[in-house]
Amino acid sequence: MSARLSVAVQTEDFDLGHEHQQLVQQDHGIGAVVAFIGMVRDLNLADDVVALELEHYPGMTEKSLMKIVQQAESRWSLQAARVVHRVGKMYPGDQIVLVLTASAHRGDAYEANTFIMDYLKTEAPFWKKEWTPDGPRWIEARDSDDHAAARWNDQHPAPNP
Amino acid sequence: MHLKVLYFAQLREKFGLAEESVHTPDSVRTVADLMQHLGARGGVWQETLDGQYACRVAMNQEMVSQHTALVEGAEVAIFRPVTGG
Repeated sequence: MSARLSVAVQTEDFDLGHEHQQLVQQDHGIGAVVAFIGMVRDLNLADDVVALELEHYPGMTEKSLMKIVQQAESRWSLQAARVVHRVGKMYPGDQIVLVLTASAHRGDAYEANTFIMDYLKTEAPFWKKEWTPDGPRWIEARDSDDHAAARWNDQHPAPNP
Repeated sequence: MHLKVLYFAQLREKFGLAEESVHTPDSVRTVADLMQHLGARGGVWQETLDGQYACRVAMNQEMVSQHTALVEGAEVAIFRPVTGG
């Protein structure tokens, strides 16, 4: 049976409990679910962040997220995976992104979840703009994000069947 | 060749443009050629697309490299490295 994979890009907030229920319902082959939630911090670099604005490339964003989730499924044994990424204006304490991975055993769910976030941060077409008391400023990509994604190229070969 | 070119985030603001229709001469064959062609407009175009300022390119909504050959009628998007998550 192939894994149930889905992605969503939306302005509205998401509910972890609801998303979790949707993911696991009727699937008693699932033994582990890992949830990652990314949130808006109030401090980045040295400035107070009053709001964060997320821009994306409609159409490509959804395709790109699905491709990343499919890559994860090809490398680990997953029962289901779900990614929800918000766009638009958000404030400190708000949720930005949710990654849920479900598998029979926890190792697959943990690693696939980290892989999805590492690739999302370097491949999916989203751009963050911070609003500070001094005005807006685009966040620039960090080399550490590229390194985090690149480590999956030479480690963790696809699991044995 | 006719291309639909999109600009996102920092680039959209620098150029004051989100989207345009571009007609290129036959000599423009690759993504790098297109960047050079647009950079030849001078000013902020040249400063942004001359290679000193890292840009990523997607063609028909797939990430591509500077060496990728352009396809007639393609949607080409140019943007700064992504910062989601």
